[in-house]
Amino acid sequence: MIDLLGTIGRVVILFLIHVGKLAKFTVAAVSHIVRPPFYPRLIAQAMIEIGYFSLPVVGLTAIFSGMVVALQSYTGFARFSAEGAVATVVVLTITRELGPVLAGLMVAGRIGASMAAEIGTMRVTEQIDALTTLSTNPFKYLIAPRLLAGLLMLPLLVLVADIIGVFGGYIVGIYRLGFNPANYLSRTWEYLETNDVVSGLTKAAVFGFIIALMGCYHGYNSKGGAQGVGQATTNAVVSAAIMILVFNYVITTLFFGIK
Amino acid sequence: MTLDVRKGESLVVIGGSGTGKSVMLKCILGLLRPDGGSIMVDGQEVTNLREKDRDRLLQRFGMLFQGSALFDSLNVWENVAFGLIQGRRMPRRQARDIAIEKLAQVGLAASAGDLYPAELSGGMQKRVALARAIATSPEIIFFDEPTTGLDPIMADVINDLIVACVKKLGTTTLSITHDMASARKIADRIAMLHKGKMIWVGSAKDIDHSGNPYVDQFIHGRAQGPITMELRA
Repeated sequence: MIDLLGTIGRVVILFLIHVGKLAKFTVAAVSHIVRPPFYPRLIAQAMIEIGYFSLPVVGLTAIFSGMVVALQSYTGFARFSAEGAVATVVVLTITRELGPVLAGLMVAGRIGASMAAEIGTMRVTEQIDALTTLSTNPFKYLIAPRLLAGLLMLPLLVLVADIIGVFGGYIVGIYRLGFNPANYLSRTWEYLETNDVVSGLTKAAVFGFIIALMGCYHGYNSKGGAQGVGQATTNAVVSAAIMILVFNYVITTLFFGIK
Repeated sequence: MTLDVRKGESLVVIGGSGTGKSVMLKCILGLLRPDGGSIMVDGQEVTNLREKDRDRLLQRFGMLFQGSALFDSLNVWENVAFGLIQGRRMPRRQARDIAIEKLAQVGLAASAGDLYPAELSGGMQKRVALARAIATSPEIIFFDEPTTGLDPIMADVINDLIVACVKKLGTTTLSITHDMASARKIADRIAMLHKGKMIWVGSAKDIDHSGNPYVDQFIHGRAQGPITMELRA
């Protein structure tokens, strides 16, 4: 019994230690985003890496999600003769949920992992110490540009994903389910509100920040050699994915919570 | 432990693995926070410096890391010029010229400047790291095991370069090593660290008749003696 209580206590304390360390890390990183010197070259590099090179993966995810939502909602809604709602359902699911969440998860796998691996390797080969001895703050040089790029680029990526996803639904709607194109498009616009898109893009910005933060945090704190870097990479992706799902619910409540 | 490094001298700290040599350097540079004690640079306490003051202090230091620690996302000349461009805000063109000059000092051609660290051998990486450490002409340079992992000839080349690039400029250096050939070549004074304590400090030429059994065992590399490796069957 005492053993059990001890274990519970240890787990709780360990959890709190990590929360505290992460909070301290976040505050330090954010404070370096807003204070000079800035590194425009590095910010641009990170933005291209996150925004441009993630386009194929995010685009593919979006188009197939849009297609499958159209198909599923058609066959499902046919049971109560509501097939006409397909266009509306597609655009709402994509902009509110699937666009930001799926793009977030894919980018977490792509970018979160590579950030953790790169910064982790720099940590274990003493490159981060070398930065400090060359009077360059590693938070400013390595972490702030990545956080900023994640925060700015994910909304843009998700905007593109929204358009591609709706287009995927359109293709299935027209060529597979026989909708009238003009009708489908007007149905898409009819019930779409600004808030649907804005909430999705807000989610995207938060997810982008989380992905970069987890990648940098786990990479920066990695220990040991190759194994430590591997562990950091895994932790970065898993923790980013879980936080994306949790924050997805929280942000949805803030925007659409029923009072 | 207590250790004084005089201005302009080359002090080498020897000692076995795990005796705290690297920790000592990292504490001085502020990469690790000491649990207690005092570290003074030019009579100024540096253990609890604020960020800005530490940046200013670090501008006076250079460091050669054990594994070279070159930035593998940058090419060779950008590595050498890093402290000038980022730390001193020097224009890239001017920094590049200085980097090429420093590369020449360590015996590397200007064409090597466009290679990436991954394309270099260990010995060449060490030379680039040395060029990077001296690029900002620091007053104090730390060498963390400068010859580890190199063949004896390349190790001697590096030792010669250290002597040529550093001692002639009157730079103060603090090195840690367990390579006695290297210690004899670059040291003015030698100190021996054992289990976190300085057990011997003296001039480099006295090391062979120190009268200290620990030092004798270390410099002759004997398995038998007062220092016992903790091995378990």
